[in-house]
Amino acid sequence: MITGIPFEILFAIGFVILAPFIGAFIVGIDRKVTARKQGRVGPPVLQPLYDIFKLFEKEKVVVTNEVNFYILSHLIFVVFTGALFFSGGDILLVIFALTLAHVFLILGAYAAVSPYSHVGAGRELLQLMAVEPMLIIAAAGFYMVTESFAVKDIVLSPGLPVMTIPLIFVGIVFVLTIKLRKSPFDLATSHHAHQELVEGLTTEFAGPTLGMVEIAHLYETVFLLGIVWLFFASASMPWIGVLAVIIVYFLEILVDNTTTRVRWQVMLRSAWLVALVAGAVNLGVLALM
Amino acid sequence: MSYITKSPWVIHYDGSSCNGCDIEVLACLTPLYDLERFGIVNTGNPKHADVFLITGGINEQSRAVVKNTYDQMPDPKVVVAVGICAATGGVFRECYNIMGGVNEVIPVDVYVPGCAARPESIIDGVVRALGILEEKRAKMAENGGDKK
Amino acid sequence: MELWVLLIFLILFPALVALLFGILPNSRLRDTIVVLVSAIIIAASLCLFVLFAGAGKVYVDINGDMISQIMIGLEVIISAGLLYLAAKYRQYIIAGLVVVQLGVVIYAESLMQGTEALNNLFIDPFSIIMAMIIGIIGSLICIYSVGYMRDYHAHHPEMPDKRRWFFALLFVFLAAMFGVVFSNNLFWLFFFWEVTTLCSFLLIGYAWDEESRKNAFWALLLNLVGGLGFAFTFIYVGMIDPSGNLIMMDTLLAAGPAIAMIPAALIGFAGLTKAAQMPFSSWLVGAMIAPTPVSALLHSSTMVKAGVYVIIRFAPIYDASMVGYIISLVGGVTFLLASGIAISQSNAKKVLAYSTVANLGLVIACAGIGSYAAVWAAILLVVFHAIAKSLLFLSVGTVEHKIGSRDIEDMKGLIGRLPIMGLMMIIGIAGMFLAPFGMLISKWAALLSFIEAQYGFVLVILLAFGCAVTVFFWTKWLGKLIEVAWKPERMEVKISNFEFSALVPLAVLMVAVCIGFPLLSTYLVVPYVFAIYGLSATLGQANMIIMVMMVFMVLVMPLSLFYFRKNRKIVAHYVGGRPATQDMHFKGSIGVQRPVALGNYYLTDYFGEQRLSHIGNGLCIIFIAMIAIVLILGVGI
Repeated sequence: MITGIPFEILFAIGFVILAPFIGAFIVGIDRKVTARKQGRVGPPVLQPLYDIFKLFEKEKVVVTNEVNFYILSHLIFVVFTGALFFSGGDILLVIFALTLAHVFLILGAYAAVSPYSHVGAGRELLQLMAVEPMLIIAAAGFYMVTESFAVKDIVLSPGLPVMTIPLIFVGIVFVLTIKLRKSPFDLATSHHAHQELVEGLTTEFAGPTLGMVEIAHLYETVFLLGIVWLFFASASMPWIGVLAVIIVYFLEILVDNTTTRVRWQVMLRSAWLVALVAGAVNLGVLALM
Repeated sequence: MSYITKSPWVIHYDGSSCNGCDIEVLACLTPLYDLERFGIVNTGNPKHADVFLITGGINEQSRAVVKNTYDQMPDPKVVVAVGICAATGGVFRECYNIMGGVNEVIPVDVYVPGCAARPESIIDGVVRALGILEEKRAKMAENGGDKK
Repeated sequence: MELWVLLIFLILFPALVALLFGILPNSRLRDTIVVLVSAIIIAASLCLFVLFAGAGKVYVDINGDMISQIMIGLEVIISAGLLYLAAKYRQYIIAGLVVVQLGVVIYAESLMQGTEALNNLFIDPFSIIMAMIIGIIGSLICIYSVGYMRDYHAHHPEMPDKRRWFFALLFVFLAAMFGVVFSNNLFWLFFFWEVTTLCSFLLIGYAWDEESRKNAFWALLLNLVGGLGFAFTFIYVGMIDPSGNLIMMDTLLAAGPAIAMIPAALIGFAGLTKAAQMPFSSWLVGAMIAPTPVSALLHSSTMVKAGVYVIIRFAPIYDASMVGYIISLVGGVTFLLASGIAISQSNAKKVLAYSTVANLGLVIACAGIGSYAAVWAAILLVVFHAIAKSLLFLSVGTVEHKIGSRDIEDMKGLIGRLPIMGLMMIIGIAGMFLAPFGMLISKWAALLSFIEAQYGFVLVILLAFGCAVTVFFWTKWLGKLIEVAWKPERMEVKISNFEFSALVPLAVLMVAVCIGFPLLSTYLVVPYVFAIYGLSATLGQANMIIMVMMVFMVLVMPLSLFYFRKNRKIVAHYVGGRPATQDMHFKGSIGVQRPVALGNYYLTDYFGEQRLSHIGNGLCIIFIAMIAIVLILGVGI
């Protein structure tokens, strides 16, 4: 069995090196599939990488120097979050680290002092508040199933966690839309050709600064899909999880292309309602069993 | 190897156009022409953009905005004037409030003719602009990455 | 040094110097003495820590009979004073409560005639932690007050200058708090408890105008209601055990849930009022009327901490009981709803007030669960909260005097205008909610203990939503502080040395505790928890390393600013293409320059104060009624 500290470090390093490429591939496929759904040819699969490389070719333009500090912190903590997750660390700490990373992103937008990024920051904060309960409830759910917060213990535990916490899985898929910045919940900032509020949160980030945000997004995408995989984690049959991740991601693309952006009220209410129902029912049943 | 030609992001601004050229610009993004094939994306934010597409002549109201938008785009950047009005002021040239073409305010790299400009020629113009963009990038890299 | 000398010193010294302050006029001499006395108290509490931190539980054998008599005498005098005030301002309910309470206490005392009270004072690691909080943070606040009150009276010339009175009360307050945490005899504890109620009443009403008087009486009323919980405990204890042994906290705790559940519930009720849990939270919010150091004192080191102190003390009794679970629900609901209300507030002091209520709710939710992990989390929460909150209150106080407002919207770009004050506030806020600092560890342990408790999933959900809400209101405040428009005019202001000499140590303490919390845990919290439960929670070593790694990353990251300062082109903000200046003015229609005004979300439709406090008060009243029913029916004990 692949356990032990050397393997944990190996997984962490593997994540740090490979995740941007895997993430770019996923996002590239996403853009391709989206284009095909709209009857277009779409960009090359490696387009997300081209975009990022290009951003680093551009001039270093900033509104204030401090913005870069927050964005770099955001990137580093997103990488840290993912590395912690894939090295089998404590899932609750992973969630808290992710929150920290997003707080840095929001602070970066606040530090830009511009109307668009300010509104974007506020909305990102709303998204964070909408998502957080479901993530913590999911951590609690994993603990109730496997008696451990450690990702490695969850993976090694017998059975698929999703069998005992199916509602929490549904809840996570729901908030995944918010986290992946997909329609209908792309309030703070959104992907190409979905612009509202200029580019919201990222309005004032240009060139390499924006590049860092994009890289962080790739890391985060891989990490989030890792959480989806964890619901189907089985040491003997890892492909079940991969299959689930693919299905979930295609579902996200479908939702992205068939819905329109909602107001924040709808997002907050629906995300909280889902978290409340999924959490209360699923955890309640587990507690009474 | 440069990536800027593989991922040019566009900002589109309507100076004082009759909306004819604007519709054609947007048509480029539709499935029929699908500009995203080339990695081209319409960003709507000068700070993210590499290519500045302007339609219509420049009037007193839009002058400051065009200048401001151009200034906020990070280098390297190119400007594409779409349609005859953006090139010279077109039929509105003699109007009391029209200053003329885009080059009255900012340097223009590519002029796309037409009234309205056809999507094919707009795409052609953008692709030509990419060559200029690459030249500018190479020049900037020579100067140590930063154009002060 | 003998332990008893030290304990008596810590209780009596502040009380005696308070008499001195009652006499000394406003002068440089008085200010110097305040600093000196505070330094001595800090030294004495450090001394207590250094000498006795490893000693475990130590009792001090003092013949208490005479002291008890003196306390009863003082209580009669205090009651008479309160009756006079109550009669003068027609607060008849308060008068009634005072009479009832005094009667009950004297009656209970008579039930236990002839007891040989020994071991009246004690210390254990938890007491030492509390003593350090009171001694260090409380004293720093006193030092701060010297500078603050000078400004305060300069800003409010219409107010009578009662600073003598003020400083005397501050130190009596500290003395009483030391008494609360060192008393083993519940009568003594109750006496000190009532003194803190009295002090807070007088300090809240410091200005003694109509509004502050109203709020002061309201605080007094609610705390007297809570005090009844203590009073009835004495009657109960006196009835089941006339020998009076159970009046000692250690014997009562050792007696186990079968006997101690009713006292624990009654004292828990008293704790809930003092810790300003819903439905009693209004007194703490009203207490904002007092000068800021008083708020800092009430919120961080004294008063509310006395409330959570007794509840954490009785946590072993609550362990896995119905009563404990319901107390946890009160705490959990308060945590969620008070955090929610904080979103809708823009007044910095009110945000801090509601966040205090919320954090105490979390502490009480942990203590009510009463398992070893929960108690571990609760104590760490108390420590982190005390430091961060005092730092924040004092910063807000100073900033208010400098910028003339305590509205968060007016603190825009503070880090540019008042860099040091801005930094202090950022440290405080980060300590309040941000991973990897303090609170995170406690939340980790709290969640763990909630999951393991029976029906704990309700608390898990409350905590999950509460955390999300907490992140929201703190982050938007942080965002406001760092919104520095281009080249802000730096304010040329002098912050008094007294204020600085309190703020800087607090900020340093905050960072030190965040880095050094494993030591705090190992040497004080774990021994206490281990002594009770035989096992203790710790964060696993791997997690500890991760936490420390994160702390260092956060501390090192600002160095990147040196890199980012170079080679950047500064470009003005994007304001829809309109030309904007870098101090955020843009050219609006017909060429008029307009300033950009940015405001935050307050979401009042969802998190309105009225709405949420109605819900919270209703729920918590039902919970408290349920505790009563559970006790009467005798189930779940």
